[in-house]
Formats: sequence, structure tokens, C-alpha cells
Amino acid sequence: MAKFFAITIAVITILSAIPILMHTWEAPPDISTHGHLIDEQMSETMAEAGIAFVAAQLLLALFVWQFSNRGKETKLKNFPGGAKALVIAALLVVGIEVLALGVFGVKAWAGQYLTPPAADAMPIQVQAGQFAFYFRYPGPDGKFGALHPERINEGSQEFFGLDKEHDVESRDDIVTAEMAIPVNKEVHLLMHAKDVGHSFFVRELRVQQDFVPGLDVSLHFTATKIGRYEIVCTQLCGLGHYNMKAYLDVLSQDDFNEWLKKQAAQQ
Amino acid sequence: MHDTSVHAAQHQAPTGFIRKHVFSLDHKVIGKQYYALALAAALIGMALSWIMRIHLGWGNAAIPGLQTLSPNGAPGGVVTPEYYLQLMTMHGTIMVFFVLTTAPFAAFGNYFLPIQVGAEDMPFPRFNMMSFWVTFTAFLVLISSFFVGDGPTLGGWTQYAPLNAIGSSTGPGQGLGVVLWATSIALFCIGQLLGSLNFITTTLDLRVKGLSLMRLPISAWAWFITSCMGLTAFSVLMPACILVILDHVAGTSFFVASGLVVNDQLVPHSGGSTLLWQHLFWFFGHPEVYIAIVPGIGIVSHILMANMRKPMLSQRVLIYCMGALAVLSYIVYGHHMFVSGMNPVSSLAFSFPTLVITIPATITVLIWVFSLYGSRLRINSASLFALGFISMFVSGGVSGFFLAQPSIDIMLHATYFVVGHFHMVMGVAAMFGIFAGTYFWFPKMAGRMMNETLGKVHFWLSFVGAYCIFMPFHYLGLVGNIRRYATFTDDFLQPLIPVHRLITVAALITGFAQLIFVYNLIHSRFWGKPAPDNPWEATSLEWSTATPPPWNNFGGNHPVVYHDPYQYGVESSVGDYVMQASPEQVKTDHDEK
Repeated sequence: MAKFFAITIAVITILSAIPILMHTWEAPPDISTHGHLIDEQMSETMAEAGIAFVAAQLLLALFVWQFSNRGKETKLKNFPGGAKALVIAALLVVGIEVLALGVFGVKAWAGQYLTPPAADAMPIQVQAGQFAFYFRYPGPDGKFGALHPERINEGSQEFFGLDKEHDVESRDDIVTAEMAIPVNKEVHLLMHAKDVGHSFFVRELRVQQDFVPGLDVSLHFTATKIGRYEIVCTQLCGLGHYNMKAYLDVLSQDDFNEWLKKQAAQQ
Repeated sequence: MHDTSVHAAQHQAPTGFIRKHVFSLDHKVIGKQYYALALAAALIGMALSWIMRIHLGWGNAAIPGLQTLSPNGAPGGVVTPEYYLQLMTMHGTIMVFFVLTTAPFAAFGNYFLPIQVGAEDMPFPRFNMMSFWVTFTAFLVLISSFFVGDGPTLGGWTQYAPLNAIGSSTGPGQGLGVVLWATSIALFCIGQLLGSLNFITTTLDLRVKGLSLMRLPISAWAWFITSCMGLTAFSVLMPACILVILDHVAGTSFFVASGLVVNDQLVPHSGGSTLLWQHLFWFFGHPEVYIAIVPGIGIVSHILMANMRKPMLSQRVLIYCMGALAVLSYIVYGHHMFVSGMNPVSSLAFSFPTLVITIPATITVLIWVFSLYGSRLRINSASLFALGFISMFVSGGVSGFFLAQPSIDIMLHATYFVVGHFHMVMGVAAMFGIFAGTYFWFPKMAGRMMNETLGKVHFWLSFVGAYCIFMPFHYLGLVGNIRRYATFTDDFLQPLIPVHRLITVAALITGFAQLIFVYNLIHSRFWGKPAPDNPWEATSLEWSTATPPPWNNFGGNHPVVYHDPYQYGVESSVGDYVMQASPEQVKTDHDEK
């Protein structure tokens, strides 16, 4: 039974490692300027956690195989190094490992979260509500009109609660249900929630950020590959959570200009 | 040590059915009541997970009988998206609170902590009784939400604000369902606070002569450390739940910000903070993870030593590690909030202690594994589950490396990777601790042995099954499979549905294996082989008394402790061990105080 246990653990360990080594399941290729740092951090962590996983499971299997069901006549032994050696080894190996992961991880995190967006980054506002995203582009004046939550009315397509009658800045604002951005141009995303918590997750862009009702949150990124990607909500927001999504189109600058013009005409 | 100022409550042998079995003051009966509650809760929680799993694999499947249970939630037996979320919320709440906290801590702790310190009972038996009955009431309140209004809350066991505070306009169960949830959890907190108070006092003040703190069995240490965490963690969650209730019934706005709009109507609240709830919840929530797992660490170490026939390489280091986990658990909680909108510098500040917590966890695993070296390991159901615990603790633990880092969390947050991580480390590992404890202590509690063959079948199906369920969760998460989705409609999620179907099949088989355990438990309780006083040749005080122990634990005697708790691998008059309460002096090569 003990040997069977040891074999089972060894088999589970190998089977668990195969999909990782074969890259069977992993995130889609990165299309952002900052994402490679996250991917590198992920690979390093995978290597370190993977070695720890395989080593610990196989040692457990080995010792169970070797030392179970031995008769009373066999001599008990202690691991020669004793607890002290294990504590020192753990402190050194894991200590260095977590220090390295922590320090290198700062760079990946800071690239996205601790550096401000470039001054010429393109501002886009995104509003999350049960169960849709809406996007707003500031129009030719480069300014967003003020929001008036009390004016929000989905029936009359007034998603943001703009007061176009009195507020000049809001008159040229372009509101869309899909998001389009030009390739290789930094985007400054201004995020707010209409009702409850939501989240903005685009796997290919390596961004995920919660919307916080009552707080304006911002995010900035640059997409490097033209294509169509899914934006999904990852913060439980109610019964339609599973279905809360929008598409992100990364376009060439010309196509983007064309798209924006078309959207402006539909306002 | 032995303190004359505090005593276990002196109560007479109980007479009458009610005093003996219902409103009992006896910590052993209360422990068994907690165990029964946890068992019932686990079966309900598991049944809920079956429905969820079937729905995730086959979204249009009609589940027989479900319409009768919930005509609105499952018309024609097909689960609606909102009912899926309600089942999920109840599954998480039931499992985290009423199983993973209740069984390893409240059930086994109540039964064995006083006996392991040599006391006749706890110092406050009425508080102890109250603690169980308040917890039981909390459970009834939670379950009642299935049958009133528009059902239980759908906001998940974490109940994020402001979904938890705005009211019924945000979804089914978000009015009365949330109030019942928060009431249940506030009551649960009261129950655990009363319990923790008793555990701490018992450990500090009721130890018999000769039982210094370092001579306490490691399981007693684990319950003691857990009760210290419980005292602080639950006393934060309880007021947080009360504030949620006030937001619903008293018009306050603790968690609702200004200017929110639901169904085109301005929400009549202003000035609250969304993130306040997350800080309060996770200040409880992360220690809660350790409240669920630290008793398992203690129980598994205790059981392994009896089965290895030698002590761990260092009991002291294991105790320090449990203490370190407990202390660190309060300063790592922000790793649940890396992408929450919290100040990004805070994310880095929370990341480092989270990475550091892997050090005591690694030392604990190394001590376990290298203590097996040179042992005479006995293989039985209890030791198999203890070994399975180590394997699961490692598998669930290594994924913590990823989730401790904010940059990687950008990709893994709210995915099945997180679900796989916590199910393995605090779900399956903690359950394995409970199973190991059950197979080990059942003879003492019930006076009968459990069936070993059924126990081993239970182990193999559970061990392999749990890996088949939760390892693929990690892979799904790496692809970006988002959790808490009732159906996978996104283009990138649809190709993953076959993996979900495989997981569902594994979950149903593994769930079936748990019914073998329940059968074994009930059958052995009545028809099992009578158990001797010390069937495992173990050393701590619970094995020095009769099986099952009399109402006052040691028949009116006060045992005296002469040894460290784990004197295995020695030559004594009874075999290769010396009881803690035996005055016999034997030659030993390990520490004696």
C-alpha cells in the first residue's frame, strides 16, 4: 500500500507537470508593450514553483516508499542534518527565491501601475454597469463633458448622463458600446462604475483592473498588434456577470480615424 | 503550568436526555455536536457543488427534482444564471464557515483540547454550550435563505460591496438574502468568539501538573494558535456584517458611495466606501484561511508521529512556524486586493509578507517530509490521509508563489487558478486533516473502530479524485478562465468546456467516495469492532483514559505529566513508546524537559 502511494504521487506529479512543460494551456500571446515583463515573471515563478512542487512530492514519495511498514527490529534513524539544516536551507533557498521574485516583480508592476501615462496618451473613458461596458471618446475638443448620474437613462440611450443642452464640452463626446484604439499609441483609460463593482480584463493586453464605485481609477497601456480581442468582466456583479463583455478593436491609425468619424456621425 | 486560580467548571454528571445530549455542558458532547453540524453542512455544500459542476459541464441539463426545490431558480430543472450564483455563494459560505472552521477547530478542538491538557472540562461550559447553539442557529439562518424571498444572496462568499449593500434592485437575493447571510455570519462570529475564549483559557490555565507549554501536544498548540487568530479575526468580521445589515435596514451608507445608478434610478445612499468592506473582510478572510488549515497542520503532525513511531525532527520549530503563519496572516491580506483599485504601492507592501509566508510553510513541509526519513511508518486510513494532506498542502501551496505577486495577479486574479489554489490548500488539505483526525480519534470518541478497508477505498478515490478536479483548475486559470461565470459564452472560454466536463465527472466520482465515508462513520458508530483504550499505541493524554472517556474525562483522577508528548521509538515496559502520563523513565535520545 505504501509503495502504491509512492507510485501514485510520482505519477500525479509527472502528469501534472507535462501540460506545463508542453505549454498546453497558457495565456494568448502578449500584444502590449508592458506585458513581456509580466510573462517573464510568470515563467520564472513557474520554474521555481515547479521545481519546488516536483522535489517535495518526489521526496515524500521516496521516503514513504523507503520507510513504511518496517518491522520493530529495524532501527529508527533521524535525518542527519536535523531540523537546523532544514531551517537554514529553507531560509536561504526560499528566502533568496522570494526576495528575487519580489524585487524583479516590482519592475513588472511598476511599469504599469507606478508610472504615469505619457502626456500625449489618448484618453478614453469606460463606464461599467450591470451588465455592459460603455466607452466615451472626448471628441475634437479633447475634453470630456461632466457626468450627471441622475440623467442616466438606458431607455433613451443616455448611458453616461451627459447634459448636452447646457454643457458645451459634452456635445462632441462620442459614446460607443465597443472599444477601438489605434495600434502603437498609448491609451489612458479612465474607469468608473455606474452601480456595483466590475472589472476590465483583456488577456492579450495583460491588463486587469477593478472598477470601484465611487472612485475614479485609471490604467494605461499600448497595444502593439492589430486585431479583435475580448474585454470581459471579472468582478462578480450580479446575475448577468457571465455575459458582461465588449470587444476591443486594435486598428491602424487610419482605420481608427475612420472608425471614430463613423461613430461621431451616429451620435 | 498548574494554576490554582482557575479551574475547569465543576459540574455533576449530567442526568436526563436534554442535558446529556442536547443542551450539554460537556465539551465532548459539544465537540460531537460540532462534528455532526460540520458533516451535515459538508454534505449540503457538496450537493450544491454537484449541481454547479453539472451546470458548468452541461448547461442545458435538467437536474431531476431541482425544480421542486427551487421553481424559480431551476425552471424545468435547468439552473438559471442567478441560481448558479446563489448555489455558489451558499457552497462557499457553508464550506468555509460551517465545515472548514467548524470541524477541525471547533469539533476536534472541543473534544480533545481539554483532554490533552488533562482538564475535566473547559472553564466556561455554558459559554461553550452557547457557542455551539449560536453556531447552529447561524446555520439555520443561512439555510433559511433558500426558502424565503427571492432566495439566497448571489454575491459570493466574499460578498463584495456595494453589491452587498444596495438592496434587491441589484439582483435576486440581494435584499433579504444578504440580510440573512450577514445575520448568519455575525452569529457565527459570536459562536467562534465564545469558543476561542474557552480554548485560550483552557490552554493557558487548565494544564495539569507537569504539562508545561512546550509539553503540549502539537494539536493542542494548533488549536490554541487558531483560537488566538479566531478571537481577533471574527471580532472584525462581526461588526462588518452588522454594518451591512444597517445599510439594508437602517438607511446607513457604510459601503455605498454617492452617485450610483441602478435601473436608471439614483441609489438613495451616499458617502460610503466600497473598499472599506474589502479591507474589513480580508482582514478577517486571510487569517480565516489559516484558521481552517492550522488545526490540520497540528492534527496531521500529531497523527503522523504516532504512525511514524518517532517524533518530528523538531516539535518546537513546527510550533514556531504555526505561530509565524498566524502573525503573518494579518499583514498579507492585501494580496486579495492587488487589482481592487487600492493604492498600487500598497500592493507591493502586501506582496512581500505574502512571499515571506512561504518560508514558515516550506519549513513545515520540510520537517514533515524529512521526519519520515528513517521512521517505521504505519500505513492506515489515518496516516494515508495525513500523507495526502502533505501532498495537497504542497500542491496548493506552490501556486501561492504566483498569487503573492501583483504583476502575475494581473493575469490570474479572479480566474480558476485562484479557485484551484484555495480549494487545494484550504479545501482539500483541510478536509484531509479532518478525515485523518476522524479515522484516528473515532475509536476514542465512539468506543468503536472504523472499517479500515472502507477507509482506504475512501482515501484512494478522494486523493486521486481531488487531483483530477483541482489540478485542471490551475490550467484553466492559466488560460484566463474566469471564475464565477454561470455559463461560458465568451469565444475564448468555449473551447475549455470539455475540460470542465472532465472535472465534473471527477467531482461526481469523488463526491460519491464521500458517501462511503459517511456509511463507514455511521455503520462503525453502531456496529464497529469495540475499540481498546489505546489502539494506536499513542502517547498523549487522550489515550490514557477510558474509551470513550467518562463525563469528567479521567474518572475524577488528575493525571500528572512526566514526558514530552511524543516519546516514540524508545524501549519501555509497554513497547516502543512511553505515555505522557507514565512515570516510567526510559533512555531517550531526544529532548526531555
